[in-house]
Amino acid sequence: MSANFLYTIEVILNGLMAGVMYSLVALGFVLIFKASGIFNYAQGVMALFAAMTLVGIQQGQVPFAHLINAAFGTKIHHFGWTVPALMAILLTLVVMILFAILVERIVLKHLVNQEPIILFMATIGLAYFMEGMGDLMWGSELKTLDIGLPSGGSLWLEEATVGWGAEGSGFYGLFIDKLDIVATGVALALVISLTLFSQYTKTGRALRAVADDHQAALSVGISLRKIWVIVWAIAGFVAMVAGIMWGAKSGVQFSLSLIALKALPVLILGGFTSIPGAIIGGLIIGVGEKLFEFSIGPMIGGATENWFAYVLALVFLIFRPQGLFGDKIIERV
Amino acid sequence: MTETASAAAAGDSAADAEKLLEVNNIEVIYNHVILVLKGVSLDVPKGGITALLGGNGAGKTTTLKAISNLLHSERGQVTKGSILYRGESVADLSPEQLVKQGVVQVMEGRHCFEHLTVEENLLTGSYTRRDGKAAINRDLDMVYTYFPRLRERRKSQARYTSGGEQQMCAIGRALMSNPETILLDEPSMGLAPQLVEEIFEIVKKLNEQEGVSILLAEQNTNVALRYAHYGYILESGRVVMDGTASDLRENPDVKEFYLGVAEDGQKSFRNVRSYRRRKRWLS
Repeated sequence: MSANFLYTIEVILNGLMAGVMYSLVALGFVLIFKASGIFNYAQGVMALFAAMTLVGIQQGQVPFAHLINAAFGTKIHHFGWTVPALMAILLTLVVMILFAILVERIVLKHLVNQEPIILFMATIGLAYFMEGMGDLMWGSELKTLDIGLPSGGSLWLEEATVGWGAEGSGFYGLFIDKLDIVATGVALALVISLTLFSQYTKTGRALRAVADDHQAALSVGISLRKIWVIVWAIAGFVAMVAGIMWGAKSGVQFSLSLIALKALPVLILGGFTSIPGAIIGGLIIGVGEKLFEFSIGPMIGGATENWFAYVLALVFLIFRPQGLFGDKIIERV
Repeated sequence: MTETASAAAAGDSAADAEKLLEVNNIEVIYNHVILVLKGVSLDVPKGGITALLGGNGAGKTTTLKAISNLLHSERGQVTKGSILYRGESVADLSPEQLVKQGVVQVMEGRHCFEHLTVEENLLTGSYTRRDGKAAINRDLDMVYTYFPRLRERRKSQARYTSGGEQQMCAIGRALMSNPETILLDEPSMGLAPQLVEEIFEIVKKLNEQEGVSILLAEQNTNVALRYAHYGYILESGRVVMDGTASDLRENPDVKEFYLGVAEDGQKSFRNVRSYRRRKRWLS
């Protein structure tokens, strides 16, 4: 096989893996949008906050250390212990669930039956609040997230495929980051379990009912407040998973929250209301931007990855605004 | 007309029956400014079909929503008067708690969950129940027996079913909560007369065989008075007349303004006026 062909395969594979990472973020958006019609601007910050909390708990950091030190003149930063990764993940999950309950109590409860744009504005406020809260609790320095996920190139895959290239072609086997493989597995498990949950459990059915018609759901005795807490808790869980994966890949710092921006084109492609759409949209964007960079990038000076996704989203907005899998937009008169 | 005669007879005996639901002179305001109900009182006896009649904007739906406490989510508020269910105030109950107590509303315009299948729609109705799968499946079967059409369509998404099937689905969904009282809002809306007849027949059967009490809001006075035992007529937020269904049917004013037949058998459009005799509360 020619080296060029093999490189293309490698690019596609890496694109798929990057796409999975985008999908992870997009999933959180879709969940909340489906159930409550809210575009949750804070989703990216939720991922950042979850990752920060995870690192903080794991390393035994004292929350609000700077605040406490400034107020009482103490110099505490760490409890002096470290928490095992799994335990830290569970504790972070507890924090995210508490956060969901607070959001419902403090914000959503008072905005029942308001225009979507008002709810959207509320999530913008929420995003800035969480960003500040995260910094205040755990400090704003760059942190490394290490919960023992494998990373680095997969030597096994390289050795298995090195023979595919011709002798002396400079092909050393397909390169895939092990972390990406793990992320793929995690995303797959997440989507399968979310689908099973929403299709086959009573609560899942209630979630879908609320997504369809709030008033009717109320009328049959489904408590909207309970459902919203559940939805935000699940979104918090998904944000945590995304935060872990992205945090492990590129460190935990403010720019982590900007991955939400990369999720936007994914959503426009896949449709805001479709879980499979979020996955496939992510894969298309991932593969698309890598292939474009690889094949056309060199001709126009590279760095196409920064804008390719948005241009693709623009094209979709013009020709298929509901996305690939979204509900057809039908105006009834 | 034998069936209506028997319905009327049942109505007379139901008048002495236990009061399940009492609405006492309630006033409802939307958004703190819009006064919609200006003193509505009514009783729903156990085991009866009570009709709430009136034109558009008379306040039928608002009355039902005030009872089921769905008003809050529409920024409405009961500002005066009281609503008692089995003698206890419902003011502080959430819709969820009311469903658990046995009061469920079938909303105007069906409101099925479009993306759920018919069977899933029915099952959401059992959300508040804690009496186990077996009992729920038994009731599912009961609903299918009353609405055989739903059994045929059980696997199709609700949005692809016809208006009549959606209305049946909405009623069936309410039944799945194992209710004592159903607040049925305008079941005839947008349906062919034959289908309206079919649905009312089933409602009547449910009332007789399952003992479900029904408060029915309807614009179709003619059909409603044939199936109900007792009726209240609402006009711009007030009850202007009430009586047994047979009395109302025979009342010349009701005939003229709601049934569209005048004494001489023709509706006189020349003297159209609305009927406004207020019920006296403090008599």
